[in-house]
Amino acid sequence: MPDLAIIVPSVLNGLTTGALYALVALGLTLIYGVLHIINFAHGALLMVGLYAVYFLHSSFGIDPYVSLLIVPPAMFALGYALQRGIIGRASHGRDENILLVTLGLSIVIENLALFVFRSDTRSVDTPYSFEVVEILGAFLPLPKVIAFAGALVTAALLWLLMSRTDLGRAIRALAKERKGAKLVGIDVDHVFAMSFGLGIACLGVAACLLLPSYYVTPQVGHGFVLIAFTIVVLGGMGSFVGALVGGLIIGVVEALGGLFLGESLGQIGIFLIFILVLVFRPTGLLGHKV
Amino acid sequence: MLEIVNLRAGYGAVEVLRGVSLDIGQGEIVALLGSNGVGKTTTSSVLSGLLPAWGGEVRFKSEPITGLSPQAIVDRGLIHVPEGRHIFPNLAVRENLELGAYRRGKANRARNLERVMETFPRLRERSAQKAGTLSGGEQQMLAIGRGMMAEPDLLILDEPSIGLSPLLVEEMFALIGKLNESGLPILLVEQNVLQSMEIAERAFVMENGEIRLSGPTAQLMDDPELKRSYLGLA
Repeated sequence: MPDLAIIVPSVLNGLTTGALYALVALGLTLIYGVLHIINFAHGALLMVGLYAVYFLHSSFGIDPYVSLLIVPPAMFALGYALQRGIIGRASHGRDENILLVTLGLSIVIENLALFVFRSDTRSVDTPYSFEVVEILGAFLPLPKVIAFAGALVTAALLWLLMSRTDLGRAIRALAKERKGAKLVGIDVDHVFAMSFGLGIACLGVAACLLLPSYYVTPQVGHGFVLIAFTIVVLGGMGSFVGALVGGLIIGVVEALGGLFLGESLGQIGIFLIFILVLVFRPTGLLGHKV
Repeated sequence: MLEIVNLRAGYGAVEVLRGVSLDIGQGEIVALLGSNGVGKTTTSSVLSGLLPAWGGEVRFKSEPITGLSPQAIVDRGLIHVPEGRHIFPNLAVRENLELGAYRRGKANRARNLERVMETFPRLRERSAQKAGTLSGGEQQMLAIGRGMMAEPDLLILDEPSIGLSPLLVEEMFALIGKLNESGLPILLVEQNVLQSMEIAERAFVMENGEIRLSGPTAQLMDDPELKRSYLGLA
């Protein structure tokens, strides 16, 4: 049994990773909760965000954290346009079509990236990339601590938006009652696209927070999206708090799994949880009854 | 206020409305009556833009509104409280009401909210509760309250008494009368012929996608055909 001096840093590390997972999952759960679709293009769009942050840094010298002002709004616009111009249009209101459209989008985006960028691994060099912060006796990389804080702030902003604004109320109303929403004058196509845009904007934030301590390749989204799906199921499909708590749990489980079972087996715990949740509590920890 | 001329509409290949004409004047309650499946709800769905018209025209405040989107029709002040309520079950009662003013009446939202809560004290008691937990009668009140939040120039009430206990039905009709007292014109779409005729000035009776009878309610009450088919009187 390793002592606390090893476990504490591991848990803290897991929490910082988990917060980023949660951010990716928040976007996924928002899109699922409102549009009732599983966005298979989520990973590919995260990759697009990461490349955007990368090139803003390498071509224009813009710091990844400064990119927070550029990339999330741009990703929001991209998401809005994708939903309004392609996904909504091609789906003809049928969920299975949307599934296929987002899957098709992910294939197109990933292969375009492979074609243009090759499968090289790229990362950014910032003056703070290797700085560390001491928390509870553990030394954590500064970018991961910033990412943790940034993810929590984003989640809080999203929660405020959803609970305190007309747009948030309209999004939640539309999730459950389309006809009623139309009758109070909610423009359904617009609000759908806003929801999709917000979900994708979360990926933009995640990309800015992630790149200083991570890397980008055309396939980088796969690992994240698989875990994000697990989190969404664990937290309860469409549940915000569930996605946040689920993300943190998964991050810690992964870190501890890595500690006890070795780096390559670290993710076993995640999928064990996934299967157990599906078997014993298919609505998720904080999900509603089916 | 509202004129419908020779309106035709349907679903898929099935024509449901086969030339419906009716009108509502300033400050009137007009009842649109008929049994299940004659096209009453189809009519109100076309009026609020949920369903496209196949032919004919709808004019509201002398402007044609046929073919406009639901939100454009809400903008003009024609508010539809649908059959089956269609409130937002996952939102708090208060949030449901606030969304009633999503497009119209935003400036006076707080004042109108207060007014609706005064009209429906039950909604004030439950303002923080999820709307899905309300009883049928309360949900109906919420649906009407949500409609009132948009400061309607004309209100369509689609089957407001359906599924309510006889006592609540009484209360509901009294309330509709009260809403109308301030001059709000109401199109009351109902199966409950007798009670609707009591509060409406005029009525249109539908059958098979067409208007079968129409006129002032006092006159219709004595119509032998209406008595036979709807009131069960020989």
